Amino acid sequence: MLDFIAKIPIAEFIEWLTDQITDTFSFLFNPIKNQFGDFMEWVADSLSAIPPIIVIIIVAALAFWVSGKKFGLAAFSIVGLWLIYNQGFWEELMFTLTLVIISSVLSVIIGVPFGILMSKSKTAENIITPILDFMQTMPAFVYLIPAVAFFSIGMVPGVFASLIFATPPTVRFTNLGIRQVSKELVEASEAFGSTGSQKLFKVELPMAKSTIMAGINQTVMLSLSMVVIASMIGAPGLGREVLSALQRAQVGTGFVAGIGIVILAIIIDRFTQNLNTKNAN
Amino acid sequence: MSVIKVEGLSKVFGKNTKEALKLLDQGKSKEEILKETGCTVGVNRASFEVEAGEVFVIMGLSGSGKSTLVRLLNRLIEPTEGSVFVDQEDLAKVDKNILRRVRREKMSMVFQKFALFPHRSILENAEFGLEIQGIEKEERSKKAKESLDLVGLGDYIHQYPEQLSGGMQQRVGLARALANDPDVLLMDEAFSALDPLIRKDMQDELLDLQESMQKTIIFITHDLDEALRIGDRIALMKDGKIVQIGSPEEILVNPANEYVERFVQDVDRSKVLTAEHIMKRPATINIEKHGPRVALEIMKEEGLSSIYVTDSKRNLKGYVTADDASEARKNEIRDLNKILKTDVPTVTKDTSMHDIFEVIHNSPVPIAVVEDGKLLGIIVRGAVIAALVGEGEVKIDNA
Ligand SMILES: Nc1ncnc2c1ncn2[C@@H]1O[C@H](COP(=O)(O)OP(=O)(O)O)[C@@H](O)[C@H]1O
Ligand SMILES: [Mg+2]
Repeated sequence: MLDFIAKIPIAEFIEWLTDQITDTFSFLFNPIKNQFGDFMEWVADSLSAIPPIIVIIIVAALAFWVSGKKFGLAAFSIVGLWLIYNQGFWEELMFTLTLVIISSVLSVIIGVPFGILMSKSKTAENIITPILDFMQTMPAFVYLIPAVAFFSIGMVPGVFASLIFATPPTVRFTNLGIRQVSKELVEASEAFGSTGSQKLFKVELPMAKSTIMAGINQTVMLSLSMVVIASMIGAPGLGREVLSALQRAQVGTGFVAGIGIVILAIIIDRFTQNLNTKNAN
Repeated sequence: MSVIKVEGLSKVFGKNTKEALKLLDQGKSKEEILKETGCTVGVNRASFEVEAGEVFVIMGLSGSGKSTLVRLLNRLIEPTEGSVFVDQEDLAKVDKNILRRVRREKMSMVFQKFALFPHRSILENAEFGLEIQGIEKEERSKKAKESLDLVGLGDYIHQYPEQLSGGMQQRVGLARALANDPDVLLMDEAFSALDPLIRKDMQDELLDLQESMQKTIIFITHDLDEALRIGDRIALMKDGKIVQIGSPEEILVNPANEYVERFVQDVDRSKVLTAEHIMKRPATINIEKHGPRVALEIMKEEGLSSIYVTDSKRNLKGYVTADDASEARKNEIRDLNKILKTDVPTVTKDTSMHDIFEVIHNSPVPIAVVEDGKLLGIIVRGAVIAALVGEGEVKIDNA
């Protein structure tokens, strides 16, 4: 009864499509893979080259500053980072950090303009919203496959997968933030003769800032989780330690590397949140 | 000269605006049109002119289309039909660039809920319009400061809006609008969110500013008291239509229809109206320049039996009667002081109608309204009675 038609070759189609994209855009993908890959290596190496003690001091000082001259976050950063160093995962931490920072920055650079576009056009909103839903509900692992097809293995496909997975909150929150700006304020800026971009930069974006920052915070956290998953396609860092511990059933090592990720997550989360409230005041 | 001339201006909200306009032509009501087309009539064929230096009040109940009308003037809302002429240019038809220029240079707006930018300091708020025009930092902060000084907030420039009280916030709103030095101020229920005492202060302050700056002000309110206090002319709106335009006295004394009448009935006239509302510009003579001969001449021209006498600074000196003046002329007396009567009945501009009535009752001459010894205006008996009775039987005579 249900077999009135043969299996629809969706999987085959996607494979074909991926091949086509790989072939067609290899002129683009290859240089990205090589040069961007080199660039990220360089960033990670540079970070690793800084003496850990200096990194810890800088992070602690920044923590003190962003948390409004409170000691909690600074103290946590010092202890947490030292623990990671003590466990011999410092270099992995620097790789993970590099991946998170670069994917997040790219997510924001791509996400905010799309969010603005959505807020300005009902049509754009209607088109983009289901795409975002799709991007977020698809299991994160699935993105690893085209990422490998396009960029082979390593950090670059990791960033690619992370972009797809982590950009949606920034887009959504930017849209939301701008649409939430009170009608009277928008009217006020128009009544004084603002151009579209004056209205955007002088009123809408500043007013939407804390909402956008909340979206960025989510994006950063999602990037971190994706960067860990991306260890499966050869992205270096703390995630790879967890993965290899898993493969060798080393509970202890896996746990310690996991703790490292948690510490990084907490520090990054508090940093972005505090930056947000700091801006709001 | 009229600064703004509005002709057949309409706004219909909704999709089927053509159909709705057709029904309007057939004289259907706002309700019927909503039922038949799903469109809401915001403004229905409004026409009026606003003169330079005038305070033109648009009054009506909530939902009568006041906000829509004022937003049609600077085209924050696109008109469905009709014209808004500002300096011979029909704003309803101009392109975006010209519209922007008009908004930047000719019209500023003050909002009901202040609409200050919370992320900007008071100074930066006041600078906003100038910043939009691309004026240099130094010049714009100079102008913005002047404008803040004008509304008495010169000391608060580094604060943020949330740190100020409502009244102060709206002063910032006013300063922001004035900083552009516009010809026209559009004020949409600008004082409605303030509590009554502060509101009255703001009204007074606006009138003071208006006296020195001579802007053209279009002021929206749902409050007749406020309209009477500050309006040179009042337009009454109902269901998007302007049902009457007239001076405060005209509106009170000759309500155009039942709607206006009902509006007016709610007002306890003897409380709402003060000397300021019903006083008239007096005919006067100057004691330093004129003698009995001129006094007599002016009285004859104006049809008066007495005339007030002031000095060059408008300080009230007294009055002379026509009889005394002609006597003096016969006897060749040149000095007005000889026949000057000083038992002048006076009130201040805030004296209520009730108290005025007491005074004018036993007075042979019009009452003088004075402030700091200066003559502001006079009140004739007819005006008091007309305002108290509130019906069209008694005409206000122009003394
Ligand atoms: N954007 C809009 N869309 C649809 N109807 C509107 C809109 N704005 C105002 N209206 C309607 O137009 C009428 C006039 O509203 P408004 O101008 O705000 O009145 P007022 O300022 O006198 O209270 C009301 O019936 C209101 O519901
Ligand atoms: Mg309104």
